[in-house]
Amino acid sequence: MADPVLELRGLSKSFGALKATDNVSLTLMPGEIHALIGPNGAGKTTLMGQISGKIVPDAGEVWLSGQNITAFSVAQRAKLGLGRSFQVSSLIPEYSAQRNVMLALQAQQGHSYRFIKPVMRDSGLRDAARAILARVGLDARASVESAVLSHGERRLLEIAVALALKPKCFLLDEPMAGLGAEGTARLVSFLHSLKEEAPILLVEHDMDAVFRLADRISVLVYGRIIATGSVADIRGNAEVRAVYLGEESPA
Amino acid sequence: MDSTRKEWLLNALIAVALFVVPLWALMANEPFIITLATRIAILAIAAVGLNIALGLGGMVSFGHALYLGLGGYVAGIAAHHAFNGTPIFAGIPGTNQMLIIWAIAMVLSGALAAVVGALSLRTSGIFFIMITLAFAQMGFFFTLSWPAYGGEDGLPIFVRNQFPGMNTARPWDLFLIAYGVLIFSLAVFALLRAARFGAALMAIRQNPDRAAAIGISPFGIKLVGFILSGMITGLAGAMMADLTRFVSPAMMAWTMSGELIVIIILGGVGRLFGPVVGAALLVGFEVFFGGLTEHWKLWLGLVLLGVVLFARGGLIGLIAGRAQHG
Repeated sequence: MADPVLELRGLSKSFGALKATDNVSLTLMPGEIHALIGPNGAGKTTLMGQISGKIVPDAGEVWLSGQNITAFSVAQRAKLGLGRSFQVSSLIPEYSAQRNVMLALQAQQGHSYRFIKPVMRDSGLRDAARAILARVGLDARASVESAVLSHGERRLLEIAVALALKPKCFLLDEPMAGLGAEGTARLVSFLHSLKEEAPILLVEHDMDAVFRLADRISVLVYGRIIATGSVADIRGNAEVRAVYLGEESPA
Repeated sequence: MDSTRKEWLLNALIAVALFVVPLWALMANEPFIITLATRIAILAIAAVGLNIALGLGGMVSFGHALYLGLGGYVAGIAAHHAFNGTPIFAGIPGTNQMLIIWAIAMVLSGALAAVVGALSLRTSGIFFIMITLAFAQMGFFFTLSWPAYGGEDGLPIFVRNQFPGMNTARPWDLFLIAYGVLIFSLAVFALLRAARFGAALMAIRQNPDRAAAIGISPFGIKLVGFILSGMITGLAGAMMADLTRFVSPAMMAWTMSGELIVIIILGGVGRLFGPVVGAALLVGFEVFFGGLTEHWKLWLGLVLLGVVLFARGGLIGLIAGRAQHG
């Protein structure tokens, strides 16, 4: 069996008496979409924060393609190939869609200490950014400031930025939020093709989308993973149904 | 006409005006006007420096007078020893060559900005403002209590430092030097802003978390921006000392740091020619309203209030519209 791209080993994080993350271990294998679901307050955001490097865990390790990155900063992790898209859309507001992607390409190449050549005349960056925008279907909006883009367009731009980083894996934090039925359907089919490029760890509230997309699902409740398995496993898991899907367990 | 082209046209107009007015003064034999234009140019250079930190990087340094004063003292001390024929220390002689003085002023200002930046850029917001202010106040009180170079009385420069091929005693020659350095510093600012470095720095100003998430470490980029910023302001300080032929602790006073910020806000934060417009306004106010009333700063304050309330992009923004980053 192949080695996991991303692996969490016994992560724990407490805030005072609250165990936000309780001994979480999880793997993300090549070519899969691994969905992380759980009710509000289950600790999904805290867990994602520890993966991206924003939050320091009390115990446990984060490994990215065979390297222990637990002590690395957010920027170092991103350079190593951890591609993150935010729960709250957070692009560079005054930059156009194209410049947002160009900035990501620049960061991916690791050359930000260049003081002379104007970026807008850098056809390598510009053309690559256009190509990526075309992939997510935003090429017609390339020169629009990201603050002016619609909610759905900003979501797509987030994905474009993540793509530009050519990551080893994607962390997508509720990419469907607020998208509407048509937008969700488009994104679902796009993510299906995206996982060939790099595996995706997906946090999502839209259960329909999760069941259509995920190869594996992990269920997080009160900071602990109570079940991991295929869509069928999770659908049939009595404990999951009880705590999460809100159904009475069959008597 | 789109706003980018409008701004370029406006910039060209300002650059021409700042040259033509003193040229007219030269013909009309009005050396006072030439000196005013020189003062505007040098203040503008200092503000171009601050505009890198404040305008591009969003680092509200309330202590840039530190670099202005450091540059001033470099010019003053070098001239002092050159005039007396005494070594500065350990046999190093003074010099009256502007180009050498500028180089030293920029290196020292850059080094000092590196120290201040490394210690203050871990913080942001009000804490950053206070730490930069604290460092500038340390410089202020240090010079105040340093009797070797005049202490609170300051240090006069008896003979203005020299520039190859120019007679710096003549106002017009000194203006040409200042104007040349201003255009050069504006070109540096424009290059930085358009380059990858500027793209990263402006992105960090708008969204540091985002920049980190895509792999651009905010601290390093901001530190380099802060150092470049301090270097240009330090260069302006050396020139300012030569213009007034005097350097004193007042150059490092917090009011001076405040004036530099006011210049940028009046002209337009992050705008290429914002510092030039702001410096012209400040000096213009000082001269015209200063002649009418002691309380000219009250009227300047009202203008500043108006700009902050009704023209957030400063005067450049008011005329040319919002900044476009493409």
